[in-house]
Amino acid sequence: MTTTLTSHRPRPPAQPPTLRARRLPKWLPPAVALGALLVAAAIVYGAGIGGPVLVVVVGALLYLVGLFAAANAVEGRRSARNRTWSALIHSAFVLAVLPLASVVWTLVTKGLERFDANFFLTSMNNIGARDPEGGAYHAIVGTLIQVGIAALITIPIGILCAIYIVEYGRGRFAFAIRFFVDVMTGIPSIVSGLFVLAFWVLVVSPYFSSTGRPGFSGFAAALALSVLMLPTVVRSTEEMLRLVPAPLREGAYALGVPKWKTILRVVLPTALPGIVTGVMLAIARAAGETAPVLLVAGGGAAINFNPFENNQSSLALFVYQQAGDASRYAPARAWTAALTLVALVLILTVAAKLLARRNRLGR
Amino acid sequence: MAKRIDATNVTAYYGAFKAIENINLTVEPKTVTALIGPSGCGKSTFLRSINRMHEVLPGARVEGNLTIDGQDIYDRDVDVTAVRRMIGMVFQRPNPFPTMSIYENVVAGLRLNGVRRKSILDEAAEKALRSANLWDEVKDRLGKPGAGLSGGQQQRLCIARTIAVEPQVVLMDEPCSALDPISTLAIEDLMFQLKDKFTIIIVTHNMQQAARVSDRTAFFSIEKTGDPGRLIEYDNTQKIFSNPGQKKTEDYITGRFG
Repeated sequence: MTTTLTSHRPRPPAQPPTLRARRLPKWLPPAVALGALLVAAAIVYGAGIGGPVLVVVVGALLYLVGLFAAANAVEGRRSARNRTWSALIHSAFVLAVLPLASVVWTLVTKGLERFDANFFLTSMNNIGARDPEGGAYHAIVGTLIQVGIAALITIPIGILCAIYIVEYGRGRFAFAIRFFVDVMTGIPSIVSGLFVLAFWVLVVSPYFSSTGRPGFSGFAAALALSVLMLPTVVRSTEEMLRLVPAPLREGAYALGVPKWKTILRVVLPTALPGIVTGVMLAIARAAGETAPVLLVAGGGAAINFNPFENNQSSLALFVYQQAGDASRYAPARAWTAALTLVALVLILTVAAKLLARRNRLGR
Repeated sequence: MAKRIDATNVTAYYGAFKAIENINLTVEPKTVTALIGPSGCGKSTFLRSINRMHEVLPGARVEGNLTIDGQDIYDRDVDVTAVRRMIGMVFQRPNPFPTMSIYENVVAGLRLNGVRRKSILDEAAEKALRSANLWDEVKDRLGKPGAGLSGGQQQRLCIARTIAVEPQVVLMDEPCSALDPISTLAIEDLMFQLKDKFTIIIVTHNMQQAARVSDRTAFFSIEKTGDPGRLIEYDNTQKIFSNPGQKKTEDYITGRFG
């Protein structure tokens, strides 16, 4: 028995006589790539089965095979596998970035056509199908007001809720809250819009409006957006608070600092950069929502600074409406509005990150 | 300023698990007391129950009687933050607040407890940093982050932070176990100086350290895993290390066990 056991024990690998090994010359991988592309082009165009996209795909596959073969022959199996996996991971990265770059490119090229002062300074009021002017001023105002109010509602509630879950919540109640926050994450935006329509617009808003009738408002849209933002803010803040090491809290307790002050002055500042990221994700999501705004703010062509009365538009809704409009000038407006929306979210995110970083000390 | 601590039948639990049982021990003012013993014997638990840090963990509780100069610190009317201001604590791993500068770290205890006057804070910061033998090393970069210091400096920063609130007792939970010998020496020297003003209780795994720095030594041990830790022997450090009264203590300090 013992003899079979010992005979099955894997032998230690033989010590290589030298630490150096044969390597593929530097020029070879690019050369293999070029060759693969040429062969692919020959196959694809020779057989007449496709265009440049298919050439790249076939070329990439041929490159993988060729690289593996070349490396296997010169460097050995382990190195060949390493090269293949590296190539696969790099291609996965390219595949992931490609759509993103394509979106940005399309947005910028098509959006720049109407990216002028007129677009940012006029609304769609009194703009007919034959007018080339018209802009998104009212929609930008609407987006800023609605997302602003939604952020004002969500950020305090969301962060306090996360603090409760992480720092105070014990047992079933905290578990239930976490569960319902999770459920809320999955609410489709149209449902949140319907909820606000049924609850706020139809039932509550008549009591506040001067006419006594139910009416659309930017505030209703902000409410619907809050419902969508809240779970994102709670969950991301919760994760960030959990990442704050327990010894930091204990260090503050040991100085006689009360728990609430420890949370406010030690835990929250430590988690702040992550919390800001989560909040910005939530804001970006809310700024891009169309359905709830359509349902409860109604959209509109005129500028309306008052979030509590009358219709309001938003950038996302503006894009939706212009994209579907019959006017030949509408698509250009839609593209520019989409570009504006992306730029707006980008500016907000960068500004928030810079603000959060200002609190951190330089090394 | 330093105070006397009396523990009577102190028993501490983590949920259903009894970590220490019936600890009776008196710590005199202005002394250094070392708590030694094998891992898991409850030294740290006992230390943390002295400033009510034990109960921070969910499900943890303490029974028995712990008094500081006759005041029961577990009395219902006692404000736990007041207890912790009176009994400071230094942890095993240096834990400076990462968002704060060196200066802000030192005055954190004062500032977060409502002291705002810059002159008072400046004075307290310098005094605490000088007491912690750190002033000369950091006086030119008080605005730099505390986390940028070396491990030994960070630990001295944490000691400065602790003594800046002028506690009467300083608890140290293996303060040197993450430090190199030179930093350890700096902190041991510091303990000799701090003894003039504070009562110090230190948990250590390093018996030479216990022998070097402490006046009294308490030896904790457990029968076997899962049993509560007990105080086996408590006496003058010299006696414990030269002529222990218990066989178990002797086995432990001579390295035959644990």
